[in-house]
Amino acid sequence: MNVRIPILKLDEVLIVSIQWELDDQTAIQFQEDLLNKMHETTARGVVIDLTSIDFIDSFIAKVLGDVISMSSLMGAKVVITGIQPAVAITLIELGIRLENVRTALDLENGLTKLRRELEA
Amino acid sequence: MSNRSSVEIFTEWDIVAARQLGRNEAKNSGFGTVDQARITTAISELARNIYLYAGKGKIEIERVSTDGMKGMTIIASDEGPGIPDLRKVMEDGFSTSGGLGAGMPGVKRLMDDFKVESEVGKGTTITATKWLR
Repeated sequence: MNVRIPILKLDEVLIVSIQWELDDQTAIQFQEDLLNKMHETTARGVVIDLTSIDFIDSFIAKVLGDVISMSSLMGAKVVITGIQPAVAITLIELGIRLENVRTALDLENGLTKLRRELEA
Repeated sequence: MSNRSSVEIFTEWDIVAARQLGRNEAKNSGFGTVDQARITTAISELARNIYLYAGKGKIEIERVSTDGMKGMTIIASDEGPGIPDLRKVMEDGFSTSGGLGAGMPGVKRLMDDFKVESEVGKGTTITATKWLR
């Protein structure tokens, strides 16, 4: 049982929409797949949309935080979009602060934000 | 449905099974989306602690009612090494696993009642309850 998260390319941006609950293996696989795709396509930006995710535990938060740092090492900018109210509340209560992370309310705003930053 | 259900924790997949059970129970008990997320996250952290530190154990979920209040209790138990310094693990930022897991203070904040019983060499039992508002 190893479902891979699809990674789409639109111009210079990779778009990822996480549509189901992440288990540990899928999360780690996603980390690798995203970095490889970035390398292959020379994408400069990534939007990770979490609209369908209804909880994030410390492990998934760590994988997300790591993938953002790793992307940054490779010269790409990441925007996280669509974090639900319940997810924001539980992350902070849990004591996890995804600091210095670009975020936007939804995919559309995230793409606009990213394009603006890439042009700057 | 019975008042109590449980998932044995042996592998990473059991962590997923435990939190799915917890989320369904929370939804069926009438918890709102934020409390469902709190309960699911708490179970995920407790199950991961069992997997990381004890190797195996059990997550039990029980519907409880007392003094006119209804709620859900999570019991995470293992027969692992136990916790030598309970006060220390309740400090924010303390970890022996290199930063995996947000730790016990996080789980305590997500839930309403929280109790740890641990004996070195015998194991640990954590009982945490969320009440319906």
